[in-house]
Amino acid sequence: MNAFTSEPGLSTTAERQAVTGVTGAAPGKEWVIVTRGITRDYDMGGEVVHALRGVDIAIRRNEYVAIMGPSGSGKSTLMNLIGCLDTPSAGEYWLNGELVSRMADDDLARVRNREIGFVFQTFNLLPRANALANVELPLVYAGVASAERKRRAEHALERVQLADRMDHRPNELSGGQRQRVAIARALVNEPAILLADEPTGNLDSTTSDEIMKVFETLANSGQTVIMVTHEADIARHARRVVTLRDGRVSSDEAQEKFVRRTT
Amino acid sequence: MHFLDAVRVALEQIRVQKLKSFFTLIGVIIGVMFLIAVVSIVEGLDRKIEVDFAGKFLGINTFNVRRMPDINIGDATEADWRAWMRRPKITKDDALAIKAALPEDAGWAIQDMRNVPAVTDFRRNGATVLAEAVTPGYFAIKDLRVEKGRLFTEEEDALGTPVVVIGTEIADEYFPNLDPIDRIIRLDGIEFRVIGVMEKQGKSLGFNFDRQVFGPFDSPMHRVTMSFRDISGIVVQAPNQNALSEVEARVREVMRQRRRLHPAEPDNFVLETTQSAFAAWDKIKKVLVLVGIALPTVGLVVGAIVIMNIMLVAVAERTREIGIRKALGARSRDIRRQFLVESSTLSVLGALIGIAFGFGISAILKMVDFPTTVAPWSIILSVAVGAGVGIIAGTYPAVRAAHLDPIIALRSD
Repeated sequence: MNAFTSEPGLSTTAERQAVTGVTGAAPGKEWVIVTRGITRDYDMGGEVVHALRGVDIAIRRNEYVAIMGPSGSGKSTLMNLIGCLDTPSAGEYWLNGELVSRMADDDLARVRNREIGFVFQTFNLLPRANALANVELPLVYAGVASAERKRRAEHALERVQLADRMDHRPNELSGGQRQRVAIARALVNEPAILLADEPTGNLDSTTSDEIMKVFETLANSGQTVIMVTHEADIARHARRVVTLRDGRVSSDEAQEKFVRRTT
Repeated sequence: MHFLDAVRVALEQIRVQKLKSFFTLIGVIIGVMFLIAVVSIVEGLDRKIEVDFAGKFLGINTFNVRRMPDINIGDATEADWRAWMRRPKITKDDALAIKAALPEDAGWAIQDMRNVPAVTDFRRNGATVLAEAVTPGYFAIKDLRVEKGRLFTEEEDALGTPVVVIGTEIADEYFPNLDPIDRIIRLDGIEFRVIGVMEKQGKSLGFNFDRQVFGPFDSPMHRVTMSFRDISGIVVQAPNQNALSEVEARVREVMRQRRRLHPAEPDNFVLETTQSAFAAWDKIKKVLVLVGIALPTVGLVVGAIVIMNIMLVAVAERTREIGIRKALGARSRDIRRQFLVESSTLSVLGALIGIAFGFGISAILKMVDFPTTVAPWSIILSVAVGAGVGIIAGTYPAVRAAHLDPIIALRSD
């Protein structure tokens, strides 16, 4: 992973900012995610653990970003914060123009429902529900009527080439198919960001490639994708890699092959 | 999350765990079953007693003049009994005096009865029969009709003709496969000629109406029934409900005058009405209602505890599911509602099964001639109680589920 941090030509602050635009990032339509000095402290039986010590990240709409870092770097904590499953101890977090860092639980639930599509390492499908019902779940909490739910869920499953597996339960699907159901579920509400946590962690390399192709396609079609991973091979698919170390951003760089393509 | 979606999820949960769900519900099922059954028993007896006491035992708008109470003696003390036994007898002269005081359209009859052995040429050792010495007016008051032959007349009563009208069971038992009309039956050794067989009336509250034998009061029948001791009762029927209390007042006045009672002295006789009969039933009913409350309550409390436990287990087993749902946008209240709906659906289902079982018990009791009527209100109450138990039992588990931290819940196995 050091390969990224030592990427030649992008190591200066000015260059990095040219890519990430942290200084000039104004929360809103253009900058879908903006964090300003967010910290997260955990009270572990009297001892305070600083999981995040002030993270500034800004992500543009349509970006494909990988967040990397060794275990203990705070990347899981950051993912929970970006995913609105948790709120920061201090600092601001703007998602799609809304200040979510001060939100109450019910509002966070609404934001998770509308703005975020989760893809988990362990798929996290409901075992007793078939693929269609799993994909419908976010729409249930969005209050979408039953017929419309079905229509949109079917469409989302078609997007991930699972139109013929809609009535299968997770245990009747392969790992790759399960993860594609999870991706369909993440997309069904047309979220502002697709947030994937080690999406290939439970998959073999062939299936991983298959899933990464799905992400690639989504990113190319304009979906903002944020992927948390510790695998360099996986992170390589992203256009930009943010690396965390000890609760801080240690590097934040566009990947050369993509930079070259765009410049 | 829409309410119906929550119900659908709940039914799905119950479906996949049928056996577990059933055992979970046993408390509620038994509770509701008892509720339905006991209410059906009370309601059925209530109706039966209303119809039978008012109709068969006493007659409509009718009261009995008696030396001591017959039906409502449940809590009589030793002293009461002694006082009753010291009272003057009811005699035929009392009956005639009462008759003289009654309005034209009122009915009256003397009724005296005793269980006696019966013998015919065809059967010698049957069970006893209830011999009744009555005046002919009795049949009209009780709305009794013959199925065969005829009733006896005023003339036969006045002349003391030894004739009897017998119940259908007596006819079958003492005259097997024979026409009993004009045949002889011996009651306590005295011969009577059968002139009629009553219509079948059936049993009520342990009394078999078809084992009665009626003879004219002035015939030797009054010796069979030992009327010299005391006449069982003088039956008086008011022409209609409004006249009942007026007629009662007149009869009371006649009796008090005949017995020269000072206004300060209490009656030394009783006028037994359907009301006094109901008073006895009301006491029994209170006990039954208490049982009807206590048994279901025990079942429902046990049911609630079991459901709460099962729901806590469900919350623990489905922690990850709760995490997933929260990550996908479920608010705490959605999760809370989901589990509340689940526990209430479960216990309402139990209530419905309990209602079915209650109907079953009621039907079985009916088959053995015990009067039961399932009350519509008890069904509605059962469903409401089922939902209530579900909500009470589900609240704590549901609140626990709702307050789970999604990050921790997602990490659980």
